[in-house]
Amino acid sequence: MKTSLLPTIAHRLAIFAYVIFALFPLYWLFKVSLTPNDLLYSEGVRMWPSRTTWEHYSFVLQHSAFPTFFKNSLIVSGSTAVIVTICASLSGYALSRFNFRAKYWIVGLMLLTQMFPLVMLVAPIFKILTPLGLTNSLTGLIVVYTAFNVPFATFLMQSFFDGIPKDLEEAAMIDGATKFTAFREIILPLTLPGIAATLGFVFTAAWSELLFALMLINGNNAATFPVGLLTFVSKFSVDFGQMMAAGVLALIPAALFFLLIQRYLVQGLTAGAVKG
Amino acid sequence: MASIDIQNVKKAYGHVQVLHDIDLQIKDGEFVVLVGPSGCGKSTLLRMIAGLEGVTGGEMRIDGKRVNELHPKDRDIAMVFQSYALYPHMNVAGNMSYSLKLRKIAKEKIAAAVAGAASKLGLDPLLERRPKALSGGQRQRVAMGRAIVRQPKAFLFDEPLSNLDARLREQMRAEIKKMHGDLKATSIYVTHDQIEAMTLADRIVAMHGGVVQQVGAPLELYDRPANLFVAGFIGSPGMNFLDATYSAGAVTLKDGTVVALPTPLAIADGAKVTVGIRPEHVVMSGEGSGMAASVDLVEPTGFGIILHLSLHGLAFKVFTLDRAALSAGPNVHVSFPAQHLHVFDEKGDRCVAASA
Ligand SMILES: Nc1ncnc2c1ncn2[C@@H]1O[C@H](COP(=O)(O)OP(=O)(O)O)[C@@H](O)[C@H]1O
Ligand SMILES: [Mg+2]
Repeated sequence: MKTSLLPTIAHRLAIFAYVIFALFPLYWLFKVSLTPNDLLYSEGVRMWPSRTTWEHYSFVLQHSAFPTFFKNSLIVSGSTAVIVTICASLSGYALSRFNFRAKYWIVGLMLLTQMFPLVMLVAPIFKILTPLGLTNSLTGLIVVYTAFNVPFATFLMQSFFDGIPKDLEEAAMIDGATKFTAFREIILPLTLPGIAATLGFVFTAAWSELLFALMLINGNNAATFPVGLLTFVSKFSVDFGQMMAAGVLALIPAALFFLLIQRYLVQGLTAGAVKG
Repeated sequence: MASIDIQNVKKAYGHVQVLHDIDLQIKDGEFVVLVGPSGCGKSTLLRMIAGLEGVTGGEMRIDGKRVNELHPKDRDIAMVFQSYALYPHMNVAGNMSYSLKLRKIAKEKIAAAVAGAASKLGLDPLLERRPKALSGGQRQRVAMGRAIVRQPKAFLFDEPLSNLDARLREQMRAEIKKMHGDLKATSIYVTHDQIEAMTLADRIVAMHGGVVQQVGAPLELYDRPANLFVAGFIGSPGMNFLDATYSAGAVTLKDGTVVALPTPLAIADGAKVTVGIRPEHVVMSGEGSGMAASVDLVEPTGFGIILHLSLHGLAFKVFTLDRAALSAGPNVHVSFPAQHLHVFDEKGDRCVAASA
């Protein structure tokens, strides 16, 4: 088949334009992080500074609390992602496969939690966590993030389980497996793309969460990276160079994480399970 | 191998009863086919035997042992699903050996069992492949292989051939029959295709609306259908039905044609009946004899010819091997040999001969 050139070019151009549009802020972040302070305001708007420097990075890594923020964020996001994914796998499986009396109400309640703005909940949650000693602690943040992410993650996992034919676990049970063995050996391996997607989704959500991190934490010890970014804003100035350098560094784990799971995100493991 | 006893079994989903008092005794080594239109409850019954659905009432026994409450894994029954339900993350060998692994059978024995089943089904070159790299027919074979490596007490099949094309379906049908001849395994086979039922079964169980309509050998259902449903369901093209009145050992059709029956029936004179005749039993008679009908459509199948007629305004089919029918004019004459007439009473049940 001969395809005409023009539509192909238009197609590629459109994609190119979109990619530029989507990546431009990232580029700007990177550019500013390399721009020496004395050039930041003196050179006007330029695509690339006349001189570049790594000094913001070395400052952020050596003289700021950024490594602490970074470590805190890793702990909070990683734990939240793992805990939420485990909970959501189990609850999503239950919603997908079992019929029980309160199912309708549980789903309704979970939807309800997704409906109102989180700002409304800051005060009551603060009130609940204070006597428990969970303010100003990473554990508190993990608990709150887990609570907020489980409903959506459950629906996400449920849709992945729904995509796996029920016949498969029935076949496994007839082959001699218990329900749990069938879940572990047949269903779970087939849900890896779903698990990867859920891990990624929750990880990024927790990684970039600011509102609760700001309200529940004070001081640098338990601050996560988004809160930490704000420390580069002082009363009189904003240290853009260092802030952007910190931002670029913060992108690294998220990028690595997706690099790790993208293998599972793209593959259609269930292909060939049923029919032909 | 095992016998399966189904006594008074019922199934309800909430308030909807989908199976009513099913009674069925399946003998050791028998090949029983459950046949009926879609939605009649065949799969539900099969899944209850497998233990995948609970039993609402009645009793289910395998080899004399009550299994109502037994988990599917403990029933030692193999099932071939319509969708095949192959494990996509395991290769063919893995699929076939999974049940043996769960039973903690020694590796060498598993390998031998898989190799045996694979060679029987011609799967040897495919053992390392994943299901997605197989054609529909090959997947079907793997599903069969997964069932036979286990040497289970019984085989259950839920429309195993319905996803295959016509030629492959015919071929697999013959293979299943041959395999049953070799293994002599108790088998229950669900299908909506009456040809599959006729060709495979030792006994057919015809179902409709969650009720067993008739149980019998294939030709018994064909020759003596117990009611209008079975009469219409078995056979293709389907049986023709005409309203008639019975009196004194003969039926009178709407147009006044009287056909004397070979034996008088055990019903009252003047009773309204339905007369059935199979398209292949209708005789094309010459001008001046039989009933006049107009030809709506002629369908040559190669093997024979199906004529779609209208007889007193009713759609009516005739099947004939005589190619002369191809050049039949717009009007033909048909007559009904009395020995091929089926007579059903007002309730739709077959009328039996009056005991003399
Ligand atoms: N889980 C279920 N809940 C409610 N009704 C069901 C369920 N499964 C099957 N049915 C109903 O039971 C009837 C029989 O279904 P099935 O056994 O699948 O029919 P068949 O296999 O003969 O086509 C159908 O009317 C179907 O709608
Ligand atoms: Mg069915």
